[in-house]
Amino acid sequence: MGRHLTFEIFRFNPEDKDSVPHMETFHLEETERMTLFIALTRIREEQDPSLQFDFCCRAGICGSCAMMINGRPGLACKTLTRELPSEITLLPLPVFKLIGDLSVDTGTWYRAMNEKVESWIHTHRSFDPRAEEQRMDNALAEEIYELERCVECGCCVASCGTANMREDFLGASALNRIARFMMDPRDERSSKEYFEVVGTDEGIFGCMGLLACEDVCPKNLPLQDQLGILRRKMGWQAVKHLFRMG
Amino acid sequence: MDTVVSDLLCIGAGLAGERVAVEAAAAGFSTICLSIVPPRRSHSSAAQGGMQASLGNSCMGEGDCPDVHFEDTVKGSDWGCDQEVARLFVERAPEAVREMAFWGIPWNRVVAGKSTYFKGGKQYEKVEAPEKEGLITARDFGGTAKWRTCYTSDGTGHTLLYTMDNKVVELGVTVHDRMEAISLIHDGENCMGAVARCLKTGKLRVYLARATLIATGGYGRIYRETTNAVINDGGGAIIALDTGIVPLGNPEAIQFHPTGIVPTNILVTEGCRGDGGTLLDVNEERFMPEYEPAKAELASRDVVSRWMTHHIRRGLGVPSHYGDHLWLDIRHLGAAHIKTKLREVEEICNNFLGIDPVTQLIPVRPAQHYTMAGIRTNKDGAAYGLKGLFAAGEAACWDLHGFNRLGGNSLAETVVAGKIVGEKVVEYLKGHEARFDTGVVRDRVRRDQERIDRLIGCKDGKEDTFKVRSAMQDELMERVGIFRNGKDLQQAVDNLQEILQRARRVGLRSSGLGANPELTLALKIEGMVKLALCTAYGALQRTESRGCHAREDFQARNDRDWLNRTLATWKEGANLPALEYEPASPSMPLPPGDRGYGASKIITCDGEIIDRG
Repeated sequence: MGRHLTFEIFRFNPEDKDSVPHMETFHLEETERMTLFIALTRIREEQDPSLQFDFCCRAGICGSCAMMINGRPGLACKTLTRELPSEITLLPLPVFKLIGDLSVDTGTWYRAMNEKVESWIHTHRSFDPRAEEQRMDNALAEEIYELERCVECGCCVASCGTANMREDFLGASALNRIARFMMDPRDERSSKEYFEVVGTDEGIFGCMGLLACEDVCPKNLPLQDQLGILRRKMGWQAVKHLFRMG
Repeated sequence: MDTVVSDLLCIGAGLAGERVAVEAAAAGFSTICLSIVPPRRSHSSAAQGGMQASLGNSCMGEGDCPDVHFEDTVKGSDWGCDQEVARLFVERAPEAVREMAFWGIPWNRVVAGKSTYFKGGKQYEKVEAPEKEGLITARDFGGTAKWRTCYTSDGTGHTLLYTMDNKVVELGVTVHDRMEAISLIHDGENCMGAVARCLKTGKLRVYLARATLIATGGYGRIYRETTNAVINDGGGAIIALDTGIVPLGNPEAIQFHPTGIVPTNILVTEGCRGDGGTLLDVNEERFMPEYEPAKAELASRDVVSRWMTHHIRRGLGVPSHYGDHLWLDIRHLGAAHIKTKLREVEEICNNFLGIDPVTQLIPVRPAQHYTMAGIRTNKDGAAYGLKGLFAAGEAACWDLHGFNRLGGNSLAETVVAGKIVGEKVVEYLKGHEARFDTGVVRDRVRRDQERIDRLIGCKDGKEDTFKVRSAMQDELMERVGIFRNGKDLQQAVDNLQEILQRARRVGLRSSGLGANPELTLALKIEGMVKLALCTAYGALQRTESRGCHAREDFQARNDRDWLNRTLATWKEGANLPALEYEPASPSMPLPPGDRGYGASKIITCDGEIIDRG
């Protein structure tokens, strides 16, 4: 307790014609159980009220506050200052469009992603309000939930070699989403239809296997396994496609 | 002026807002949602526990039906709710859960056979029927006669919100995220839409719509300590109150939770105490048995919160940089139990406190949790006072919860009310055309632009908006919290009126350019203080105790004089809200009686005094 913390924070306000991208230094005395949420809120309220960053739930649930923390993407709300050295460098996530300072536009990016992978149950049936629900094995429900836990924070995308090089790469969170729907018996899409979405270099075949996505995922999603499984399934689909097997 | 026109404008894109949007879009109406954050980041995602619906699939919910759910809800509300609304809600809840399953929720399912569960620190066994295998199951929640809370592990709100937003994407509903409505456009009779400020660029935009819905959630952030997300600062309630016509229902009805962690106020589940966790003071001694010999830490949410506050006020709290708190001790439950049954708590402690609850004490204190208060609507979700304005979810006072909301009923309300209000909005759109008066629109934009210019130019003063907010939050926390009394409430009203004057003198320290966060707060600080005053003044006038509203100087629930709902409006230029009252419910199929828990003294409608003491 009582360390003197030095923050190096990226500053740029695109809406201010006099603003140029630069790093700015802030100082703060560390208090017990301090998270980056507590620290940044104090800096804004006590030192610079124009400082832009995003917090919402501040409990690791909503995925708003992802940023580069000493060079590594992570959720700021979930980061205790005592786990960091006394010099802390904060930068906005790469890949996403900058709004200002530490704030980036993940909303637009993820809406486009959800449209691209058609992130919803595809079914020809219609809902009958009087009918009993379709039964499901509890173990399967829990397996689906396991992949459904993604909070679209963007850490996996920011840490991805391919996503940093090519704009059209879907990224681990999109591929994980596809894996989630492939597992769900309510979704009637065929392997061939999934292949059309992810069986390209923009999709699963663009993954170089560096797997930083799994290392940085704040929800500890099994991205490595899911990417592997998807690659195998889609590879098999590609072979079938080659021999016109359907 | 940049202007966007649609059939329906949803202000707020959490569960309730999006559910209404889905209904309207599916009926072919053009729909736009505004959200101050990307919709999937809405606070709906934080509701981990579950959603109540009387499916009765689990053996522990056997015999459950809408009637039993209705009774639990009305009792929970301490007879403050609208019973027609409660009836409507319980009847439609099972269908809403199934519809969400159809859209993709991975609800937990019944597993046939034996399993164990914990209650009051003891382990019990249950046996699920084989014919129910695979149907949607439920868990236990406080205040319910049956296990009725449908869930997906520890992320029910998250899966509901993601599935709902999937539906929004599927239907092609337009969402403008980081767009904050800062005023409603109306002519005193009809609502025509809203003026919004872009939180990416700072620019203003006009949204005109035939119907406007407010679904911006609760406003816990008027309190210093709250479990609510940072964004729950009352934007929707403020713009409704600012009309001078639309009332807030029961602004004094605010719920607290006993165990928010210090300093971030993230909620840790009551399961900790349910399973045998204890509360300790600065001397690391238990204190609940002293106040509640029979139930101790297992007393109800509001009772435990009250004694914790009392104990801290006696000077027995643990001092910290963030103010005094108490300890929650679950060490004696053992590593095996904590790492399985209370995994979520273990994660919160490790991730957000750097504390291992297996060996260390958890710093906790009561925090504001839920706003039963909200924009008063009729049972169709239509706001009082303005045609074409609707509200749903926590932002609304529909009024399902009265003076106390049951766990699992809030998440259910978002989806069920969203569905019901959505249907009514569709009916409205089919039968009504709107006229957009360009003079009214221009005048509204001019006034908003002027507010912004005055704040940036410090034309009214140089009060620091963050300091004004802190003063307001402290006032509510200290005097309009869990225990209330006439003297403190009067003091709070007086002090908040002074703070209101300060709020009117706020000026920016920074440039205010672009998505400037200081300006974002400054634009609503006066409105926030008005909300605080509605709560304090409503609480001062209500000289009884009902649900979460606990008056030390009026401890009985008084059905003779107070079986009603407060309606607060704010006339332009006033320094206090105008209060009116309406009957709590148009009819009372379940007449006022004993809840079976909580406060024990009742003054009946006939003036008879019942004291279970």
